[in-house]
Amino acid sequence: MERYSLNKQLAQMLKGGVIMDVTTPEQARIAEQAGACAVMALERIPADIRAAGGVSRMSDPKMIRGIQEAVTIPVMAKVRIGHFAEAQILEAIEIDYIDESEVLSPADDVYHINKRKFNVPFVCGAKDLGEALRRINEGASMIRTKGEPGTGDIVQAVRHMRKMNGEIKRLVSMEEDELYHTAKELQVPYELVQYVHENEKLPVVNFAAGGVATPADAALMMQLGAEGVFVGSGIFKSGDPAKRAAAIVKAVTNYSDAKLLAELSEDLGEAMVGINENEIQLLMAERGN
Amino acid sequence: MTIAVLALQGAFLEHEQMLERLEVDYFEIRKKSDLKRSFDGLILPGGESTAMGKLLQELKMMDDLKEQIEQDMPVLGTCAGMILLAKEFSNDANTYFATMPICVRRNAYGRQLGSFETRGTFADSTDIPMIFIRAPYMEAVYEGTRALSVVNEKIVAAQYKNQVVTSFHPELTGDITVHQHFLNLI
Repeated sequence: MERYSLNKQLAQMLKGGVIMDVTTPEQARIAEQAGACAVMALERIPADIRAAGGVSRMSDPKMIRGIQEAVTIPVMAKVRIGHFAEAQILEAIEIDYIDESEVLSPADDVYHINKRKFNVPFVCGAKDLGEALRRINEGASMIRTKGEPGTGDIVQAVRHMRKMNGEIKRLVSMEEDELYHTAKELQVPYELVQYVHENEKLPVVNFAAGGVATPADAALMMQLGAEGVFVGSGIFKSGDPAKRAAAIVKAVTNYSDAKLLAELSEDLGEAMVGINENEIQLLMAERGN
Repeated sequence: MTIAVLALQGAFLEHEQMLERLEVDYFEIRKKSDLKRSFDGLILPGGESTAMGKLLQELKMMDDLKEQIEQDMPVLGTCAGMILLAKEFSNDANTYFATMPICVRRNAYGRQLGSFETRGTFADSTDIPMIFIRAPYMEAVYEGTRALSVVNEKIVAAQYKNQVVTSFHPELTGDITVHQHFLNLI
């Protein structure tokens, strides 16, 4: 219990920050210099995973260690949904946060990892409140929207954040008597539903992820209530990664200052090309439930 | 009395909730124009010091705030806030405000698996809760600096004139001791 609370508290320290996908120690240093509050170490960013196809797995621990040595900020890495052995490996190399991620090919089509068995913290993706609370019940100490990774299209992240917010508002407005039924509908314990009802928020930190490509995208998600932002392919698939990364960091801090956002959005070079929702073959957000 | 809370990144909301509990007015500093308002004390929260340091530079607030701290503005730095104030690091060359004569070890307890909770003495208060998250500690404190807490033989809280720092996060517990100590400087 003490470990779980420390893990939730690490997520609190990441709030108001940007977590960036990096594939090399060099990129990790660029991200840290730009003001990232953490990096996600992975062999291929989502856009390239999407392009390459095939099965996508946990990264080489040696590659992750190289990134751990390159920066002082927390280092996260991804495991496949349900792949608890990959998670054990990442815990063994003392990763700061594990992302049980739909970006990789799922290893289990029924069960997610029992995250309560681990000492390291987990972040998981969610499309709605039920999914978020189910992951928290399994031991996740941080939640992010799923969005649609590797697309540069923000529409799904917006949809997931709005859905979650709407469901939270609905829960808050309910009579206490109605919460039992909602717990049943969402397939989560009553206590979690009661927490949301009383506190008007999730019991853990909630970030936006999946499709963030510009400072404006980051500001949009923050104004919709995200407590911070993950940027995957958006940075290192763009023309000037260092500049774009720094601009997104500033946009997250001053997300409601339109004048500053206008300055930040100038001369960023080419944004990642992106794929529209209706052009995608593989919907990663559908992985896991 | 009004406190300014540096709200660039990290757990600033938790400090604000603590100030609300203590019925102290506050506002957030997110950009240079926020510094035009007058305040009686400054809180530097926990979070990632490199991210905050970068934003302080880029948003052009570093020099102004440093000057105010040097002119005896009471300041409380927790975890990353302590790193922002330190003059020296045993495992890093970068410094930020560099206004407090202490030598700090960053990520001194290792990665997240090294994070822990304990209880200890702070100044004259015994047995307060202390939460350490990827925390730094002080390897040395120099002239005029007083150690306020020692845990496992490491200095984890100190005061130099108007500057109070802690390795741990008083804003994450319900305990008001550290905030009260800071507010008493004003």
